[in-house]
Amino acid sequence: MEQRRRPLSPHLQVYRLPLTAVVSMTHRMTGVLLAAGLMLFVVSLAVLQCGASSFESMQSVILQPLVSVAIWMMVYALFFHMCHGVRHLFWDAGEGYEKPLMNYYIILELFASVILTGISYLFVQLGS
Amino acid sequence: MVEFTLPKNSVVQKGKFYSAPKGATRVKRVEVYRWDPDTDENPRIDCYDIDLDQCGEMVLDLILKIKDDIDSSLTFRRSCREGVCGSCSMNINGKNTLACIKAIADYKGRIKIYPLPHMDVVKDLVADMTHFYAQYASIKPWIETQTPPPADQERLQSVAERKQLDGLYECVLCACCSTSCPSYWWNSDKYLGPAVLLQAHRWLSDSRDEHTGERLDDLQDPFKLYRCHTIMNCTDTCPKGLNPAKAIAEIKKMLLVREEG
Repeated sequence: MEQRRRPLSPHLQVYRLPLTAVVSMTHRMTGVLLAAGLMLFVVSLAVLQCGASSFESMQSVILQPLVSVAIWMMVYALFFHMCHGVRHLFWDAGEGYEKPLMNYYIILELFASVILTGISYLFVQLGS
Repeated sequence: MVEFTLPKNSVVQKGKFYSAPKGATRVKRVEVYRWDPDTDENPRIDCYDIDLDQCGEMVLDLILKIKDDIDSSLTFRRSCREGVCGSCSMNINGKNTLACIKAIADYKGRIKIYPLPHMDVVKDLVADMTHFYAQYASIKPWIETQTPPPADQERLQSVAERKQLDGLYECVLCACCSTSCPSYWWNSDKYLGPAVLLQAHRWLSDSRDEHTGERLDDLQDPFKLYRCHTIMNCTDTCPKGLNPAKAIAEIKKMLLVREEG
């Protein structure tokens, strides 16, 4: 009998990803998001330098509640990406691989990114 | 290559149901991945209700129970039943482990058993390990020397030198870690994967080996080693409690230190 092509065993469909894997994926996704956001940022700068009227219309867009929420989510994504990046630096130095502390480090970096976002929010509020 | 979905011939379908024997009080529902190479059907999930009073304590006992009493065609690898041979590695409730050292009591609710993820299936729970073993052979898992052996004795190690192998020599090559790694799923043609890299580090760390330089030359490659992105599934899943992610980091460090002279 001719042999049939062997099936591929299920992978993402069945694997229960640990928190470390979820954070790793989020790091990738925030990286892509931030790269796209950077282009939007450059576009907005280009709009601002077109003069007073375009400055005002840009301002009205940015002050929309939904848009400002999106902007602060970007800021959070930036800080999360940075905090996990710092963790990668530790990893590259051969540190931070202790199995029982894996989730502890994740909580630490999530906490740090929330705090940093909070500090920048306060900074902006006090400045305006 | 990254492919999130399964090929058409691999999509899993619903299979048969086998109910528990009459009078059973402690019933455990077990779902098992089945694929028969002699039929034209896709893989399926068969469901068995097992009377725990008639069964051993470990997940491997569950599968043996099914094979002995319910369906003798169920195919899987097993040998030592004490976690030293590495044969019965499989995916149990979403995590790779050795069925023989995992207690049934560790799982609440139903138990779902699949073959090691993202592997070619030979039959049921048996994955094709040919490529994995070829990769293992490629790192030369033996002592390579240039100097002649000392007269009338073996090449000896001090206690401290022997200690360097702790956390590495215990690996039984069950492939739980490699087949848990998304990088290995997408790039197993070029990336060696956590198990083989942990073994590579085992030979790099051996004081008796004299080919450290050549071994590092072989690993200095964008794919063989550097596809590791510290996702950590390997360390999370290792049934022997080893740390392949750390071993990979140590190799990267050795390469860096060598470059700096």
